[in-house]
Amino acid sequence: MSHIRVLVGTRKGAFILTSDAARRDWRVSGPFFGGWEIFHIAGSPANPDRLYASQTSSWFGQVIQRSDDGGASWNPVGNDFRYAGDPGTHLYYDGSSKPWAFKRVWHLEPSPTDPDTVYAGVEDAALFRSTDGGASWQELPALRAQQGAKWMPGAGGMCLHTLLLDPVNPARMYVAISAAGAFRSDDAGASWKPINRGLHSQYIPEPEAEIGHCVHRIAMHPTRPQTLFMQKHWDVMRSDDAGDSWVEVSGNLPSDFGFAMAVHAHEPDTLYVVPIQSDSEHYPPEGKLRVYRSQTGGRTWDALTDGLPQQHCYVNVLRDAMAVDTLDACGVYFGTTGGQVYVSPDAGDHWQAIVRDLPAVLSVSVQTLP
Amino acid sequence: MATVRVVLPYQLYTLAHSAAELELEIADTVTLAAVLDALETAWPMLTGAVRDRVTGRRRPLVRFYACQDDLSNLAPDIPLPDDVAAGREPLLVVGAIAGG
Repeated sequence: MSHIRVLVGTRKGAFILTSDAARRDWRVSGPFFGGWEIFHIAGSPANPDRLYASQTSSWFGQVIQRSDDGGASWNPVGNDFRYAGDPGTHLYYDGSSKPWAFKRVWHLEPSPTDPDTVYAGVEDAALFRSTDGGASWQELPALRAQQGAKWMPGAGGMCLHTLLLDPVNPARMYVAISAAGAFRSDDAGASWKPINRGLHSQYIPEPEAEIGHCVHRIAMHPTRPQTLFMQKHWDVMRSDDAGDSWVEVSGNLPSDFGFAMAVHAHEPDTLYVVPIQSDSEHYPPEGKLRVYRSQTGGRTWDALTDGLPQQHCYVNVLRDAMAVDTLDACGVYFGTTGGQVYVSPDAGDHWQAIVRDLPAVLSVSVQTLP
Repeated sequence: MATVRVVLPYQLYTLAHSAAELELEIADTVTLAAVLDALETAWPMLTGAVRDRVTGRRRPLVRFYACQDDLSNLAPDIPLPDDVAAGREPLLVVGAIAGG
């Protein structure tokens, strides 16, 4: 019988939440790596017991942890992230140029076919790959050649936070960087192109510039990888040509600012966002925690509220903190900066808190296990 | 050969899967560089956690104390106090009190 493993990264450690397919009764394990920030944990699709975790600290730097038994035990692997060659400089908030400097790993994306291959999106923004289970890391430097000297940090840092691997075309991948925008490679990372046409960002000097947009998240459905959805700093966007052009699909959302985004496991036109009041007020509009679901690929959205707090709620839901399982019905999960992790076992119609009092949640990923 | 005692903070001894207090054998003059070299050889997962991998500089929020003194800014090749070299006092690696 299928069961679910939810991997939760928080400001002060990692937690693993497990349940059977009913997704009503949960077992909570952790904290793992107590006191460390866990930016992301991800499981290998090729070997679900192979997990990778990004453990980081302003005091003690970056650690990559690996588990080969589904999170029961962990061991540190490689943490040597060196840019290829001289990475030069990038723009800073005040218009000056600063040398590129590695700070932390925001996102880990294991290969769908090889448990020993995993990608890391890092701050300062770059893409690394390991082919030996995380023991060593090599940069894919062509990405920074896309006008990297003009990239500038978002408020959270200049981070490569999203990486999508095309499940149909293994040579194609997408990344998103705050605040540089979205980029695509069609040759497994050997070269890249900006894919930001159609984005409009009124907060940058050239609102429709080729780069410089603060993309918060992109998402795709595995059966329709040409179609991408984007939660931008402001605006929810859609592309049907692999990012070559984008149109806005914010529609009737109460706010089109937000971070998290997920696509239903079985319905390519059903997607989820969590609107946030504004870039100055990182909490839900009206103090109501609402997931919005579109079943039309955007533009028309319905508020999902059953089981979510509808008053006095001022948490945020960060960009890597929403995910789905692949059961039928699709389960949807998200974590908040207030330490709650919510699940809907029925595609968003009803919600319950799995846990309520974890440290601030940075990331949520989900494994559907046989 | 000197036997030097090093006390690690919680985050580092849990990362190393080690005891909080370690004993390190130092063949040459007991300096910060020699102690950290020995530490990273014995526990390679600590490489980069105390000092920068490339520059060798102490991470900004890591401090070194021994014998009631702050040795954080001691040059890496200056001998540590005799009591540390003799193993009578430990070298304390401390995470700076900062942040929440």
